[in-house]
Amino acid sequence: MSMTSEGGHGAVPTGPEVPVEVAPEKLPAATRRDWPLYEVFVRGKRGLNHVHVGSLHAPDDEMAVHAARDLYTRRNEGVSIWVVQAADITASSPDEKDPMFAPSGDKVYRHPTFYEIPENVPHI
Amino acid sequence: MSAPPLERPADDTALQAHFDATVAAEHRIEPRDWMPEGYRKTLIRQIAQHAHSEIIGMQPEGDWLLAAPSLRRKAILLAKVQDEAGHGLYLYSAAETLGADRADLTDKLIEGRQKYSSIFNYPTLTYADVGVIGWLVDGAAICNQVPLCRSSYGPYARAMIRVCKEESFHQRQGYELLMTMMRGTDAQRAMVQDAVDRWWWPSLMMFGPPDTDSPNSAQSMAWGIKRHSNDELRQRFVDMTVPQAEFLGVTLPDPELSLDPETGRYRFGAIDWDELKRVISGGGPCNVERITRRRAARDDNAWVTEAATAYAAKRTGERASPQAGGTSRLRGTATEERNESGVEPSSPEKHS
Repeated sequence: MSMTSEGGHGAVPTGPEVPVEVAPEKLPAATRRDWPLYEVFVRGKRGLNHVHVGSLHAPDDEMAVHAARDLYTRRNEGVSIWVVQAADITASSPDEKDPMFAPSGDKVYRHPTFYEIPENVPHI
Repeated sequence: MSAPPLERPADDTALQAHFDATVAAEHRIEPRDWMPEGYRKTLIRQIAQHAHSEIIGMQPEGDWLLAAPSLRRKAILLAKVQDEAGHGLYLYSAAETLGADRADLTDKLIEGRQKYSSIFNYPTLTYADVGVIGWLVDGAAICNQVPLCRSSYGPYARAMIRVCKEESFHQRQGYELLMTMMRGTDAQRAMVQDAVDRWWWPSLMMFGPPDTDSPNSAQSMAWGIKRHSNDELRQRFVDMTVPQAEFLGVTLPDPELSLDPETGRYRFGAIDWDELKRVISGGGPCNVERITRRRAARDDNAWVTEAATAYAAKRTGERASPQAGGTSRLRGTATEERNESGVEPSSPEKHS
């Protein structure tokens, strides 16, 4: 299985075994797409996680960081940037019916609201 | 990872039903979801056209960068033109999620096989045009783009949210520029009025042909790609803009413009649709100039791309050697340095 860019929205697995919407022969030749696609993550401020903000093409990691600064943090949107080649990301299928997420579907007891506690019990 | 379903149903009925239900529930379609081929093609066409407009749109205002009247105005204009480049890149990214290739889209633009907004085929004759573009052209763009933040296609909607946040600066800097000029000399006020006279009608044309002549609109609205009809958005723009013009003290060049007391909306005169057709099909004042310049940017700057690629290859080679070090990495990304023979280099600088 190989990975394909999602252009700023998370890399996804592709390959002959994964159903895709565009048949490979319909895809434009990628011969000139010499620069790999990078996914960009920005930490908005201290205390927050890095969050995926988009993607860009760059010749190498260092240029990707510089380009990410220019493209995604023109207005103080971040204090830290991660870039990673889209091809290096392994992803689950994004389909909401994905059986991968089925195990969590029937475990309501993992949520605090599952338990009924009388209202006059304080601080719980 | 667990393998996704491998077999595609013999017919697409179930997939279509799932797609329709997702759109109807106002959930977003994401890149790997099944989607009708027409939906994909329409999105690529629309997003590419939008991206091209942002990139070509740098030219009319870029012409004034070296002639801005003060350092403050130059810094503002630089920031705005840089934003337009950024908007183009967000949108090309979104188009790429649909299987389009960025370089291929640029080629199609240059070869005239894909369009960009008709508005950028008009020249910026005076500095007041910079202000009027911010006020009217970016104002019209905001009208068009805010509803697209709810587009059914996730990557497009996310790109539009980012674009809209920045577009507000564009409109306000333009209006402020015009207010400043209107407080100036008679010659400056005349300059603003002249710019308004030239840009008003083309701005109304930005919303596209009338609903009666917009064959793809119904389908795009059913798909949730488009949220409001061309005429509806145009009317909304006029209603928003007339009071702004009054405050500014300029006259919009339409003798038929009047408030309809019953609806509270403004009636306006007939738009010259022949002009829109002419400009879209290449007959505007600046079509040739815009494309010639875009082609030159691609061809004349190719050496920069090549140099950066060569430098990256050289650096990758240096990093692969065990003596190299110093770059700040969370983890060694060995995969990118895997060479042709499949041999991984020794694990590079882990610094945690």
